Amino acid sequence: MTIPTAHFWRFARTQPGFLFGLVVVMVTVFLALLGPWIAPYRPEEALPGQAVLPPNVDHWMGTDISGMDIFSRVIAAPRIDLTIALISTVVAFVGGVVLGVVSGFFAGARGLWALVSNAIMRGADIFQAFPLFIFALALVGFRGPSIQNVIVALAFLNVPFFLRVTRGAVLHVRERPFVDAARCVGGSGLRIAFVHVMPNALTPALANLSPTIGFSILLTSALSFVGAGVPIPTPEWGSMIAIGAPNMMTGQWWTALFPGLALGVTILGYALVGDGLRDYLDPTHRQ
Amino acid sequence: MGERALEVDRLVKFFPLGRRRTVKAVNGVSFHIDRGEALALVGESGSGKTTVGRCILRLIEPTEGRITFLGDDVTAMTQEQFRPWRRRIQLVFQEPYDSLNPRMRIGRILDEPLMLADRSTPGGRRARVLELLDMVGLGAAFLTLYPHQLSGGEQQRVGIARAIATNPDLVVLDEPTSALDVSVRAEILDLLTDLQQRLGFAYLFISHDLTAVRRVCQRVAIMYLGKIVETGPTDEIFARPLHPYSRALLSSVLYPDPVDQRSRFLLAGEIPSPIDVPAGCHLHPRCPWAIDDCARDYPPLEELLPGRRVACFLARRQNGIAEPRADARSGVPHE
Repeated sequence: MTIPTAHFWRFARTQPGFLFGLVVVMVTVFLALLGPWIAPYRPEEALPGQAVLPPNVDHWMGTDISGMDIFSRVIAAPRIDLTIALISTVVAFVGGVVLGVVSGFFAGARGLWALVSNAIMRGADIFQAFPLFIFALALVGFRGPSIQNVIVALAFLNVPFFLRVTRGAVLHVRERPFVDAARCVGGSGLRIAFVHVMPNALTPALANLSPTIGFSILLTSALSFVGAGVPIPTPEWGSMIAIGAPNMMTGQWWTALFPGLALGVTILGYALVGDGLRDYLDPTHRQ
Repeated sequence: MGERALEVDRLVKFFPLGRRRTVKAVNGVSFHIDRGEALALVGESGSGKTTVGRCILRLIEPTEGRITFLGDDVTAMTQEQFRPWRRRIQLVFQEPYDSLNPRMRIGRILDEPLMLADRSTPGGRRARVLELLDMVGLGAAFLTLYPHQLSGGEQQRVGIARAIATNPDLVVLDEPTSALDVSVRAEILDLLTDLQQRLGFAYLFISHDLTAVRRVCQRVAIMYLGKIVETGPTDEIFARPLHPYSRALLSSVLYPDPVDQRSRFLLAGEIPSPIDVPAGCHLHPRCPWAIDDCARDYPPLEELLPGRRVACFLARRQNGIAEPRADARSGVPHE
């Protein structure tokens, strides 16, 4: 997979939403790498006597109920949120694509592989029929809230999604004559599936990587908001919203607003990058 | 007559269509190809000729019948058992671009059959890939190109090189020139003839292009609605077709010389769907010379003249000459 740079930028220049999304992605990546170090205060430090201060010169976004600086916490949070989202999405991508190729390529076949194909699909059905949020809650409730458990829960959640989009592409690609050609030269089923079909069926899964990362950030925050995600003092947007929510009702709007804004803009940015990438990777969308 | 490269015996392929209806794509087709011989399988779209080719290559499973390859029955083999045979039966596709993996370079496309066949060293395989490119008139510069960087004719040359990579005994050519420009067609046909003469494989040339068939093949089998209606040596069939359908098909060829207006022979209507095949001889509703027998039974494919097999009651009754007689049911052919 090579992305010709000049061509890429010529495409990106015409898409303001895509460019905005790229900026958001770059900012979050930058903050994930350096956020905790460029923050003016230590993000987990409760400053004595400075609880629930409104935004001012020292605390640009105010402080929360324990006296932690909200700005520092907002820019430190991507380190946790993005790491969780990135790892879980990549794991889900790899698992989903492999299962999607197997289930799609052998769909309607006979013998052992057809059983495998069906088993994969029924497994995905069961998984998706189950309310995903409840599943995550149950897992975290069972094993206790921790970053690893959130990653596992999110990875499981996203596997069926990558599986289905890849399977759809595979069902289409496997009918193309070069697949027959690969069979004629004596390739085994698995070889044809992974050497010939998979590279030609990756576009939908690749285009959905970015929105899934955005969505995973949202889910991480949602889990943290209900207390089933990242444990509390760790800077994380969802848990910050949860901490700030009671203050919102008494008029201290800054406690939950800023992490909420950061979360919203981030998810929007990742979704826009996904849209742009889909258009870029799909030759029929190109002019 | 040399050794048989391929023998197809009463091949049947039905595609189920819903609960009760079936598409009778191939309905009892028998033929053989000798080693080094080129047989053309000719017919319109829907005649089942491509399905025959795909059954022989086991890209689809035949419903009934037997396929014998170099004396060995390969019909009962599973896909996995058949896999070692694949290097001896190869296919050239109709769509040159679609038959090449768009994400593989030409060098890798040609290397794959070699790698799967004998697992010799990459260096040895590379020499063979270069030799193959040379055989089909392409140079080493093509090794690193992707299929979309090639012209249609060049893509088809790569397809041919891939098919002959493992020195097969039989190459099935599924309309190899129908997707190409007319100017390129002749070059590809010459290449195919040349390769066959040098390397001696047998061809099954599936086509509706009669002029192409005439250039490459020694024998012709003409198909109509899933059955072979006539077989024989190419020259004789072109000179004097015995079956009414063969006659109509040959009369549809456009001759480049406007003065040469051979008498046109046309059939009424169009080829019916292979779902609702007419009873009796499949051609009788369209045939201007149909007699009573034609509506009742399907005529057997019989050798009426030396080397020529025809499935037609009228031709049989008149010793191989299907011409209208006084008792013919309907009128004169459409001029």
